[in-house]
Amino acid sequence: MSILTVIMTVMFYSASAILLVGLGRKIYTYAKTPAPLKIPTTPAPVTQGGVVLRMASEVVLFNSLFKSNKWIWIFGWMFHMALFAVLARHLRYFTDPVWWWVEIIQPFGRYGAFAMLIGLLGLWARRIFVERIRYISAPSDHLMLALLLGITLTGIGMSFVSHTDIVAVKSFFLGLMRFDFQPFPADPILIAHITLVSLLMMVFPISKLLHAPGVFFSPTRNQVDNPREKRHLSAWAAELPNEPTKSS
Amino acid sequence: MADFEVPELKEHIEIPELQEGAMAHSQPFVSKEQWQQPLGYPGELVENWEQAALDKMGDLLGKYRSFQVFLDACVKCGACTDKCHYFLGTADPKNMPVARQDLLRKVYRRYFTFAGKYFPKLVGAVDLNKEVLDEWYSYFHQCSQCRRCSVFCPYGIDTAEISMAAREILDAVGVGQKYCNEIIHKAQTLGNNLGLPQPALKDTLLDLEEEVEEDIGVPVRYPLDEKGADVLLITPSADFFAEPHIDGLIGYGKVFHQLGISWTMSSFASEAANFGMFIGSYENMQRLALRIRKAALELGVKRIVFGECGHAWRVAYSFLNTLAGPFDFLDPNYPVPQHICEVTWDAIQKGQLKLDPSANDHLNVTFHDSCNVARGSRMGNEPGGQFKIPRAILKSVVNNYHDMPRETICESTFCCGGGGGLLTDDLMELRVKGALPRMEALKHVHDNYGVDHLVAICAICKSQFTKVMPYYGFEMDSILSLHQLVGDALVFDQHD
Repeated sequence: MSILTVIMTVMFYSASAILLVGLGRKIYTYAKTPAPLKIPTTPAPVTQGGVVLRMASEVVLFNSLFKSNKWIWIFGWMFHMALFAVLARHLRYFTDPVWWWVEIIQPFGRYGAFAMLIGLLGLWARRIFVERIRYISAPSDHLMLALLLGITLTGIGMSFVSHTDIVAVKSFFLGLMRFDFQPFPADPILIAHITLVSLLMMVFPISKLLHAPGVFFSPTRNQVDNPREKRHLSAWAAELPNEPTKSS
Repeated sequence: MADFEVPELKEHIEIPELQEGAMAHSQPFVSKEQWQQPLGYPGELVENWEQAALDKMGDLLGKYRSFQVFLDACVKCGACTDKCHYFLGTADPKNMPVARQDLLRKVYRRYFTFAGKYFPKLVGAVDLNKEVLDEWYSYFHQCSQCRRCSVFCPYGIDTAEISMAAREILDAVGVGQKYCNEIIHKAQTLGNNLGLPQPALKDTLLDLEEEVEEDIGVPVRYPLDEKGADVLLITPSADFFAEPHIDGLIGYGKVFHQLGISWTMSSFASEAANFGMFIGSYENMQRLALRIRKAALELGVKRIVFGECGHAWRVAYSFLNTLAGPFDFLDPNYPVPQHICEVTWDAIQKGQLKLDPSANDHLNVTFHDSCNVARGSRMGNEPGGQFKIPRAILKSVVNNYHDMPRETICESTFCCGGGGGLLTDDLMELRVKGALPRMEALKHVHDNYGVDHLVAICAICKSQFTKVMPYYGFEMDSILSLHQLVGDALVFDQHD
């Protein structure tokens, strides 16, 4: 194995491990931390089915963001939806034979990269030029955009400008999944792309990217509005003394 | 009139240019030992306060999923930045919801996250020091916990939850707010926020009965501590004497009288408002809520009804069952608790109240959705009943009604500017400036439709508007209680 293959192998394994373990721990924390009070932002659904719909409209349509600001919504929504298409397209490098629906969405994923690009540039422009958003931005907020932009541009580069050896790429990743290690193609754009993606995977569990699992655990969005009908009580609150006035 | 500049009312709500530090000087009076101790907090800043604050933060992170998720999930998208009435009124960037949260989040990141521990500059994490603590005290007392930002956040991040946590941390290190903590102490010992003892309440209510009978010739009762009544009415203590609150109380009595419902108030639980929520203290909130349970048990009532009060209704509707339930000893045919508007609207629908809206023809009104009713509770069986029911009642009792612009009502309603424990004279500048968006919306319907009165169902809104409206050129008595209008339109049966 070449040094490059060793480095890329170790890096991708580590990134995957950090992503899975880090995210798993965070999700476990969110799941086990109680929500002692009913705090849905009302009007809220009065049934569990209604909550599923509310959550779906948030994660698929970005409903609240739409109500808030059409510019952030259009750039943000475009970026995220394109990202999903692009991610789904990439499944072809990890499956053999390639699933039928992954075949079908290939063109969407290919051109979706440009929607990602426009979305990211729009969001970054707002972060730089809108005074209020500039004020709330930390360096990490700009770096995150730079990282995503780097991934998008290197991806576009390989798809549309300087084609990489995707047969070799696929055998490398299938090899990683089967512990049957194959050489990593020595293409600078590919190296950059995979390095940036690995970096993104590693910072995921320690950054604001936690909004992805976080939204599902947000009590203001995932609680049923039924406090009068059903008593809601968390374990730590149940143990408090049941007396009206504190004896002091 | 004021030692600060009152903002000018514009045609439409404008997003101001940032003025850093514009409200850095604003802070309420600090609590003293006599009010801190009974609530379970140190009387002054403790010696190792940094560690105590971080310990409390860690404690809260383990107890409240909202706090943990909200601190992690924000992506700084900016959706909330123009949504807070205090930002719109003061232009201070730290009054943008995300910036307010960041005051706490930057410390959370420094001590509780990998990125903040090892790369603080990169992620904007900072050490906890006295300057940060002072900033917390100032800016977490510039949030009225109205939840408007949470409507617009793609993750539902509610700054109210963050400011409650911040105030709890401040209390834990000994830097409480005098206004809230003094009031909580009063309510926990005397039964109401104003500290009115039983005899004073009794006298007030007897006077009220005389006054009402003199006025309309009907012997409407305002009973206190009467065992065996069907309904226990819990109402904000401001209803006992403040204007226009008391006119609302008069109205509830008239409705109960006409419906033939036997009811009583309780001197032990003579307060609907629960300031325990404002300081984020589950324990103190629960102590207050349990007084209501005890009163209901001792008086042997079958139902609990709440009067017009915003945050009170949130605590009642959303938390009472949690804090002081189960209420299996009450009549299961009624929700526990009920809002007075639910009682009134139910009766109107059943034709049990004869109403003559022309009695209010001298008024041209609009309705102010109180923030915590709008975004933290419900009325009736359908989502959004908290918007429809008060309006439906209002339209049954007046002929001249116009809504304020869509983006300023219902779930997008603007807070009055005095909620969340900020209704104190030491925060007058903040209160006046925070009322700006609501005043602009009112001016809009005033200029376009001749609206001259604002109707509300919250004691804080009523007090706040009475005080701040004159700053914007409105009469102080252009704020009314909903049930005053109901009472005035009510046509009493002749048989009694």
